[in-house]
Amino acid sequence: MVKYWRSLDELKDPAAFKKNELKLEVDTQRALFKKESGSSRRDFLKTFGFSIAAAAVVASCKKPIDKAIPYLIKPEEVTPGMADYYASTYFDANEYCSVLVKVRDGRPIKIEGNNLSSISQQGTTARVQASVLNLYDDARFKTPLKDGQASSWEEVDAEITQKLAELRNENRKVVLLTSTIISPSTKKIIANFLEIYPNAGWLQYDAVSASGMLKANQVSFGQAFIPDYRFERAKVIVSFGADFLGTWLSPVEYTKGYTAGRRVLEASDEMSRHYQFETGMSVTGSNADVRFPVKPSEEAAIVADLYNGLLSAKGRATVSSKKSSVDLSGLVEDLMENEGKSLVISNSSDANVQIIINAINHLLGNYGSTILLEKTLNTRQGMDEEFESFLSDLHSGNVSGVLCWGVNPVYNHPRGEEIKTALSNIPLSLSFADRKDETTAACKFVCPEPHYLESWNDAEPKTGVYSLAQPAIQKLFDSRQPQESLAKWSGEETPDYYDFLKSNWEREMFVQQGDVANTQMFWNDALQKGVFEPHKNAASGLSYTQNGLENALSSVKPASSGWEIAFYENTGMVNGNFANNPWLQELPDPIAKISWDNFAAVPVKWAEENGVANESVITVNGVELPVFVQPGQAPDTISVALGYGRQIAGKVGDGVGKNMFAQTVIEDGIKKYRLAGAEVVVTDKTYELALSQTHHSMEGRPVVRETTYDEWKMDPSAGNEKHEEAEEHSVSLYPEPEFKGHHWGMAVDLSSCTGCGNCAISCQAENNIQVIGKQQVRNRRIMHWIRVDRYFSNDAENPEVYHQPVMCQHCDNAPCENVCPVSATPHSEEGLNQMAYNRCVGTKYCVNNCPYRVRRFNWFQYVNNGEFDFNSNSELGRMVLNPDVTVRSRGVVEKCSFCVQRIQEKKAQAKVDGRPIEDGEIQPACVQSCPGNALVFGDLNNPESKISKLFKNERNYHLLEELHTLPSVGYLTKVRNKKA
Amino acid sequence: MYKTEVRGRLIEGDKSFSQISREITAPINDKTPLWWYAAFLVSLGMFGFGLYAKYITVTTGIGSWGVNNTIAWGWAIINFVWWIGIGHAGTAFSIFLLILRQKWRTAINRAAEAMTVVAVMCAGLFPLLHMGRPWLFFYIFPYPNTRGPLWVNFNSPLFWDFVAISAYLLISASFWYFGMVPDFATIRDTTKSKIKKAVYGFFSFGWTGASKEWLRYEGLSFVLGGIAAVLVVSVHSIVATDFAVGVEPGWHTTIFPPYFVVGAIFSGFAMVLTLVVLMRVLYKLNDFVTDSHIDAVCRILIFISLIMGTAYMTEIFMAWYSGSEYEMYTFFHNRIFGEYAFQFWAMFISNAIVPQLFWFKKVRKKVWVVFIISIIINIGMWFERFNIVITSLSKDYLPANWATYSPTWVEIGFFIGTLGMFMAGVLLFFRFIPIIAISEIKSVAKYNKPRKDHLKHAGHE
Repeated sequence: MVKYWRSLDELKDPAAFKKNELKLEVDTQRALFKKESGSSRRDFLKTFGFSIAAAAVVASCKKPIDKAIPYLIKPEEVTPGMADYYASTYFDANEYCSVLVKVRDGRPIKIEGNNLSSISQQGTTARVQASVLNLYDDARFKTPLKDGQASSWEEVDAEITQKLAELRNENRKVVLLTSTIISPSTKKIIANFLEIYPNAGWLQYDAVSASGMLKANQVSFGQAFIPDYRFERAKVIVSFGADFLGTWLSPVEYTKGYTAGRRVLEASDEMSRHYQFETGMSVTGSNADVRFPVKPSEEAAIVADLYNGLLSAKGRATVSSKKSSVDLSGLVEDLMENEGKSLVISNSSDANVQIIINAINHLLGNYGSTILLEKTLNTRQGMDEEFESFLSDLHSGNVSGVLCWGVNPVYNHPRGEEIKTALSNIPLSLSFADRKDETTAACKFVCPEPHYLESWNDAEPKTGVYSLAQPAIQKLFDSRQPQESLAKWSGEETPDYYDFLKSNWEREMFVQQGDVANTQMFWNDALQKGVFEPHKNAASGLSYTQNGLENALSSVKPASSGWEIAFYENTGMVNGNFANNPWLQELPDPIAKISWDNFAAVPVKWAEENGVANESVITVNGVELPVFVQPGQAPDTISVALGYGRQIAGKVGDGVGKNMFAQTVIEDGIKKYRLAGAEVVVTDKTYELALSQTHHSMEGRPVVRETTYDEWKMDPSAGNEKHEEAEEHSVSLYPEPEFKGHHWGMAVDLSSCTGCGNCAISCQAENNIQVIGKQQVRNRRIMHWIRVDRYFSNDAENPEVYHQPVMCQHCDNAPCENVCPVSATPHSEEGLNQMAYNRCVGTKYCVNNCPYRVRRFNWFQYVNNGEFDFNSNSELGRMVLNPDVTVRSRGVVEKCSFCVQRIQEKKAQAKVDGRPIEDGEIQPACVQSCPGNALVFGDLNNPESKISKLFKNERNYHLLEELHTLPSVGYLTKVRNKKA
Repeated sequence: MYKTEVRGRLIEGDKSFSQISREITAPINDKTPLWWYAAFLVSLGMFGFGLYAKYITVTTGIGSWGVNNTIAWGWAIINFVWWIGIGHAGTAFSIFLLILRQKWRTAINRAAEAMTVVAVMCAGLFPLLHMGRPWLFFYIFPYPNTRGPLWVNFNSPLFWDFVAISAYLLISASFWYFGMVPDFATIRDTTKSKIKKAVYGFFSFGWTGASKEWLRYEGLSFVLGGIAAVLVVSVHSIVATDFAVGVEPGWHTTIFPPYFVVGAIFSGFAMVLTLVVLMRVLYKLNDFVTDSHIDAVCRILIFISLIMGTAYMTEIFMAWYSGSEYEMYTFFHNRIFGEYAFQFWAMFISNAIVPQLFWFKKVRKKVWVVFIISIIINIGMWFERFNIVITSLSKDYLPANWATYSPTWVEIGFFIGTLGMFMAGVLLFFRFIPIIAISEIKSVAKYNKPRKDHLKHAGHE
């Protein structure tokens, strides 16, 4: 081959030459173009590098640090980080509950049930749970007021004493207007005050009173009292409109008894049968085995028919002919089979109905077995008639001074406006209210009382059952207990209610026991326990007479035609006292699942016929109301909740809903909560309602599994056939997760859950769950970690109702865990599904992938945000926060943790004590105060634990178990005692 | 002219190489037309509105959207998948047609790739800003940190997503950019503006056109093309796993990865068609983007549409065949006959039925009809994503949780913003980047005419 060459260099070393040549070419060209364009790859990289570095520097800013200041001198009983519990007493809106107050670093932050009380038995209601937030309410008065202006105690005391003296000298009437007072010590102070001021009278006024029953018992027994109902002893429970699981008289006690009489776990367990006659669907009605939707006006006739039916079943002559169209034969049969083991109650304000109820109970021999007369319930003593006569006195100018304590008649009386005018015209009008309300706004003086968590007090909710209240925090504001105010005005120089209370107990209560010989020890013991229940077997001395029965029966009229409106108290708002409490405002109604409003519950059939749907607006006697189409609403009736429409309540409660107290009527001196012949007009308007659940059918899915008592007796796994199927088909490629130490789990007895909503508020208080307001609830963003799903089935006119509490199921094979890109939700070694808030970036993938939808996203910044002007938007309101639980920031996902802070606390305690954790020692917030004992928490690895036994119960199943998520929450089938 | 038996001429009008360069760089060198400014202003307006929506999102929170505790993903994720799907086409177009040796791609691939890059950037905004705390997005990087053994979750499809999309964006953008380097150099060398010379000079990386550079350039193209070919399939398969790994009825299905890839190519090709038709009309590029190009894309769309239809039917069949009541409810009671029937049928008709019109030559020939159908497909594909994201979530296992969803103006604004961003991106592309790959199209323009032809021409003139 011929070799060509261009130069001698190339000939010598062709490879080096070629390399050189190329390099030369590239260099020349590069130099050429660099000159031309002024930039090169290097420049590009330089620019790139610089921008990245600059961005990195700018992005690495530091967050501000808030410093905490330690105690200079540590109070003896306070250990930072450790909670103290003080026994106390809740009594508000005629509801009594014995409580333990959890105090952290000097702040009461949580209410727990007191297990030593024979009445509330460790249970609470949503109101009791929420009451701690009332302590930190911005609407509270900071000082005494005179004419709406801040004043001082010296000034108001001087003026009031002078006014009172003047009125006494002129012998003009002064009325101390209180709600029911159950405190023996307070009663003594009042008696003393009345002695000093002979011109003064004391009147008890309850927003929703038990007048009818009190009057009836006056006639039948010669004494106005409420008897002691024992639901646990009854085999047949018949309620005419009484929402005893929700709001009627003593709901915690009744729920405890009711669920105890219906819990079926072992073959020997028996179950009571519950009949409910009612207009709208109440919590109680939703739990009934047999429910009759009836018009309010028909109730009296049905009660009379029942009496007659029982008479004829007993072979006695009937008193009157049948008046209602309801078939009571089955009920009569049941009652006859269970004589002496049944319970018939009514919430009627009509004394005649109550007299017939008494006659029925007497006929069935229930007095002495399910209705005890030895102890009377004292929580509602107000008589409507007495208040009406006071009103006419006030109107005619016979009353010159009114001292209001715990009452708000301007709001909750149909003649509220008149009362308001009268109050502003009399020489002395005074209110002891601790926060804004309509009546207080009309009074000249405000002498604010402290919140119950800042006060000393005692209570006698039932005869011979005593209870103490003690302050859990120093008074936040310049308030004074009304007992001290009254004593001061009675002439005492430096009244001290604590001393008075203590000496009163030493005098009165100490002698009722023989266990402790030392008064101080007795006091300490009672104060520590919160309750004092001496064993006394005093005979009641009350006996039933047929007085008034004939008259009552003859006064029974048949049902009226046309629309009837029924007013009821719902579980959150009750009588409207707590309207400024955002937790309760946001608690969804147990049946309608609506928060932040009251509404007109209309019958399904009428709604369909008239083209009315949810959120339509109708007018009822001229009042515009949004509609909720309520399955189970009696035909031709509408139910509307009381307790809404407060005008002067504070930033949360003002103008929420419509005030239905204004629509009640006074008949024969009795406030009636039913309105016949109302005018109902359908309008074209719509009104947005905040529904937190919009679909009401289970769509045939095995979500709530149910059976009847009869079927359960034959086969305890009745209704739960799918569980076995799911267990059989449970196949996985992967080994089942193992937990070596503890494995926490929870069981929910769907038969014991009444749907009251206590758990939701208890959880809210414990876990710093934020309130988000009406619009956001409507947007389906409610933050509650535990929600109670409610389903209807069967007939829309009278459906069966299911309540199912759903919290994080802590799946051992959790779909949420593997999809989080940043591992913000891992599984603990004890089977807990955890959330690492500070790791969460908020992709919301877990929210989507949770088939139970229990995960909650922080859509906004809820704390310190003017858009969400609730408790978390004020320094005061934030004092309720639990320091053991992180307050979640905007953009992170949160959910039920099984109260991991409580688990850790008890574990640490057990470790310090060097002992294993006892079963039942750890109680998450929802479990602790459940009035139905429907929730059980414990260690699944402990074969002796309650939870392990429940998980082995034939009724146990897991929600969506076919998905193989392996939940740590079990549900026990719903059992109804239907009549075969 | 270079001819193939099937396609006919790839470039009309007997163009010389310099003529090709001149014509393609005309939009860059000529005076910018008025419509461009008008369109750019509109797209900037939309972009600005989008910025405002994003501002609200970041400052107020995701609460400003219509999503809720039942339907936690809304328009953001629909639009994310939609954009990713569109962003699929460019690279798919280049790579697959390159592999299949389809020379006609050269007229379109630059525009398709540009579209890809802009669309993927639009898509990327959604997962970033739909985070509750977007400022902590870097938690998703597996970077060494001081927080103990805290690491990302390699089991999470969202993490795969992040890896796949960032890789895809990187590779597509590089592939597109390096493809443009010779063209930038061409502009640098021909332009008279000093600024343009500097700018294009910067971006052309000092390209000289030396044979060595061409060699390396080709090598790089092959390497990037090879990687991109894998990513094209992986990226949308992984987006599909966002749903397929989930437990929700309508999500938990193995058909999703291929179904998503095909769907993405479908929507991408439709968008390519939309763009190319516009390009042709606006810049009168009929000679480069001929009727036969459009015809070819239409034919591909028929085929993909048939696959889409099959996928839809398969999904429905499987819902029934599985015997799962939840699946059946989602498909039959929520999609086909239920509350979301409109969205379902909008999807089905737009994607499986309407493209069948392309069987008719008359339809394929009418450019405005083709344009409208391409838009319909784009809308149909949007509804497909709506169906998947919303209908499954709205009515899943526990009826108590069932909810509905409607977007707020913020979400819509965000979407409009990305449309504006896309439009602006495309307009800038029209204006500043050679719309057609000059260097590549020259490879199909065989300029070896007999001299006499040339003389004849000259003589006429």
